[in-house]
Amino acid sequence: MSREQEAVARARKAFQTGRSKPIEYRIQQLKNLQRMFTERQKVISDAMKKDLNKSEVGTQLYETMGLEGEINLALKKVKEWAAPRPVEKNLLTLSDTVYIQPEPLGVVLIIGAWNYPWAVTIQPLIGAIAAGNAAVVKPSEVCVHTAKVMESLLPLYIDKELYPVVTGGIPETQELLRQRFDHIFYTGNSAVGKVIMEAAAKHLTPVTLELGGKSPCYIDKNCDISIACRRVAWGKYTNCGQTCIAPDYILCDPSIQDRVIAEVKKSIQDFYTDNPKTCPDYGRIINQRHFKRIMALMEDSTIAVGGDNDESDCYIAPTVLRDVKPEAKVMQEEIFGPLLPIIPISSLDEAIKFINKGEKPLALYVFTPDDKIINKMKNETSSGGLLANDCLVHYSVSSLPFGGVGNSGMGCYHGRFSFDQLSHLRSCLIKQLKMEGVNNMRYPPHTPKKLGWARFFILNSVDLGWAGRMALLAVLAVVAAVVIQNYLL
Amino acid sequence: MERQAVNRAKEAFLSGRTRPLEFRLQQLHALQRMITEKETEICTSLKQDINRYDTPLLELIGIENEISLAIEKLTQWAAPRQVDRNILTVSDEVYVQPEPLGVVLIIGAWNYPWAVTLQPLVGAIAAGNAAVVKPSELSEYSSLLLRALLPRYLDKDLYPVVTGGVSETQELLRLRFDHIFYTGSSTVGKVVMEAAARHLTPVTLELGGKSPCYIDKNCDIRIACRRITWGKFVNCGQTCIAPDYILCEPCIQGRVVECIRQTLLEFYGADPKCSPDYGRIINQRHFSRIMSLMEGYTPVIGGQTDASQRYIAPTVLKDVPPHSRLMQEEIFGPLLPIVAVSDMDDAIRFVNEREKPLALYIFCSDKKATKKMIEETTSGGVTVNDVMMHYTLSSLPFGGVGQSGMGCYHGKHTFDQLSHQRACLIRSLGMESVNLSRYPPQDLFYFLSLSNIQLFRDIFTT
Repeated sequence: MSREQEAVARARKAFQTGRSKPIEYRIQQLKNLQRMFTERQKVISDAMKKDLNKSEVGTQLYETMGLEGEINLALKKVKEWAAPRPVEKNLLTLSDTVYIQPEPLGVVLIIGAWNYPWAVTIQPLIGAIAAGNAAVVKPSEVCVHTAKVMESLLPLYIDKELYPVVTGGIPETQELLRQRFDHIFYTGNSAVGKVIMEAAAKHLTPVTLELGGKSPCYIDKNCDISIACRRVAWGKYTNCGQTCIAPDYILCDPSIQDRVIAEVKKSIQDFYTDNPKTCPDYGRIINQRHFKRIMALMEDSTIAVGGDNDESDCYIAPTVLRDVKPEAKVMQEEIFGPLLPIIPISSLDEAIKFINKGEKPLALYVFTPDDKIINKMKNETSSGGLLANDCLVHYSVSSLPFGGVGNSGMGCYHGRFSFDQLSHLRSCLIKQLKMEGVNNMRYPPHTPKKLGWARFFILNSVDLGWAGRMALLAVLAVVAAVVIQNYLL
Repeated sequence: MERQAVNRAKEAFLSGRTRPLEFRLQQLHALQRMITEKETEICTSLKQDINRYDTPLLELIGIENEISLAIEKLTQWAAPRQVDRNILTVSDEVYVQPEPLGVVLIIGAWNYPWAVTLQPLVGAIAAGNAAVVKPSELSEYSSLLLRALLPRYLDKDLYPVVTGGVSETQELLRLRFDHIFYTGSSTVGKVVMEAAARHLTPVTLELGGKSPCYIDKNCDIRIACRRITWGKFVNCGQTCIAPDYILCEPCIQGRVVECIRQTLLEFYGADPKCSPDYGRIINQRHFSRIMSLMEGYTPVIGGQTDASQRYIAPTVLKDVPPHSRLMQEEIFGPLLPIVAVSDMDDAIRFVNEREKPLALYIFCSDKKATKKMIEETTSGGVTVNDVMMHYTLSSLPFGGVGQSGMGCYHGKHTFDQLSHQRACLIRSLGMESVNLSRYPPQDLFYFLSLSNIQLFRDIFTT
């Protein structure tokens, strides 16, 4: 048996003992996870600095703080989330107990990404634990140091059979994908997303795919351009542009392009000083391969700001490209780097047409004070999420489902959505072995009269209070008696 | 031809005419009219396909119900859904906006050809999508009738019907859709999902499996058997949620057999072949398949067959060994095996050793025992003390888990399944001071203030 097969088999065996099911156990594991972030902050930050040149504050701000929030939410709410959910009854089920029971799925595979390795690997894990599952955690091998830290830390805090960490590259991931899981949760790019779904299909395993795309950012000429550009610059250059929901490119009227460039330039200076290379808050490209990829994207466009780089350090300055053409290299794939192309566009309608020509993005940003423009943009486009007048922050609202549509992904998570996504919501109808008379209308031999009764009972849905239900129940009993007496005997 | 239909549907969708709720309501009303006006023709098609006479009861009422519900609730379902705010978003608009996905492919099945094809269509229309409808070629008359009728009532560009067999379906699966809704077997389910993966198309798969039926020795066996008999032999066992096999203790096996025998007499008379209410097997291939499952076993009830009519009598077999062929695949026919188990724990073990079924049935008067069985097993859905009825309540999500499927539908669940729930956060360009702590340079002071906001956020998040 391969190492991967063993880890999965052990996780399944551990799940089958039933120990991940009791709420107390799930709460205990989540609390342990919480402790890990409190006690090991330094180790985590050090690894992030080595992988992505993220500052200690940056790591907390963008990774661990969000996780702590999610763990707190899960701790507070798991009992409620896991409880039976009553549903509306109809006349036929009036005296029955009807509810949806959330249940664990079994063994979940979580494949993380390298850009926010803690956030995108542990957030799904929180949902998996809260929902009572076992989970095999496969961190991205690209963030070398963080993967090692995850591998050594997680087993020290949470059940190492139920939640094993399996590290490795492509062959190890492929071996994992040959095993059978009850759900696969993948964060990464669309090309690999297809491979994952194809592998999942062989076992009929449902998937959640958090992918990416080119998230457009429309700036209306009548908005406060200074503030808009500040927010866009923050959204773009955080983590050196390596954010799945970073504003990929700007669409704006040609008349404001110069102003936009100037404001973005100003924000860059405010955030990262005149020399971002020496600024502790400015990140690096994850590796040489991506560095080369991003540099090549710039080739056929005009640089308005930045452009300097240092391959030995995987450093690319915060860069703005102007008058970018739709056929330019930088517009052919998700940038995932600190290049901000501006495409001049003459009207909102043109912008909408442009956006709709591309694949449905993970996020859509629109900067305008005008509600009508926001609504038009919303109604005439589609995207995973829509954020007006800011960037990225919809990610941190746990009551909003976070996920893509079309090429940007399927499924969603955060907060209760993680729990539901990694649960089976089982329909339960508890009847009694009484009132058999009512059932006679469905039994052969069939008559039109019976059909009439069935129509009456099924086509009426009720949501009465307790008193109403009791009254109707009494009526039903009488009706059933009458029916049996007169029509069916 | 398939490509043309899909392209036309896509163009029709992009024209935007499915967006307004009035249009969707109009289409739903038209569909409702079709069911009402053409009831006779639909019943005739089913008689020809599968010798079913109780079609209105089984299929059309369900569809009518779904259409009425969708018409009544559409405005509510399609409206923005408010969500909880936190302290950081207290002055923002935060909601989830349901949106159409685009072009949905609906692949129907032959056992309830109208229900499993039109119910998803109701949801697709309500959610504002276009939909390509591919009915099963095995229910030939229904399929042809649907192709003739639907364009007369609904927008024929938005909701084309594409008929055909395996090669036409394969051609469809090569094309790109925004969602594929498939009802059928697990084997084909894998093929559909694999095809969908190439385009990153989300899928709903309503599959099947062996739905176990446990009868506790202390319950009212007569009534239990009545209900089970109905569920098993309706549509000649060709129901995805039919009770596939019975689990019970050996001491009540005899009683169970007798009760079923009596009930069969009451439902279908002494010779079910002559009963107008007893169906037939859909085709020769399935007839032979079901016959071969019985090989080597002597039934205690039924067993008579007539290949020329594809007739198999309501058949019960007892003391069936777990490793028999009968217990290896979904029966989807009128054979009811009884497998002996020593007690409820044994039954739970038996169920858990197998793939997760679409439905689990428990006949038991003891609330605690019932609760235990529900807690220690899993399945798409559960009905206690009856069979199949969880299907009829549209507030319950209907779907499988594991090999029995993924996704769910009925009522609002269909609408949600065929929509994109788009997260929307509308902020203003004011209050920039609140944002200051997130911008670099990220030093301790700003960070601490943000930590405090996080603390407040946790306290005030509901």
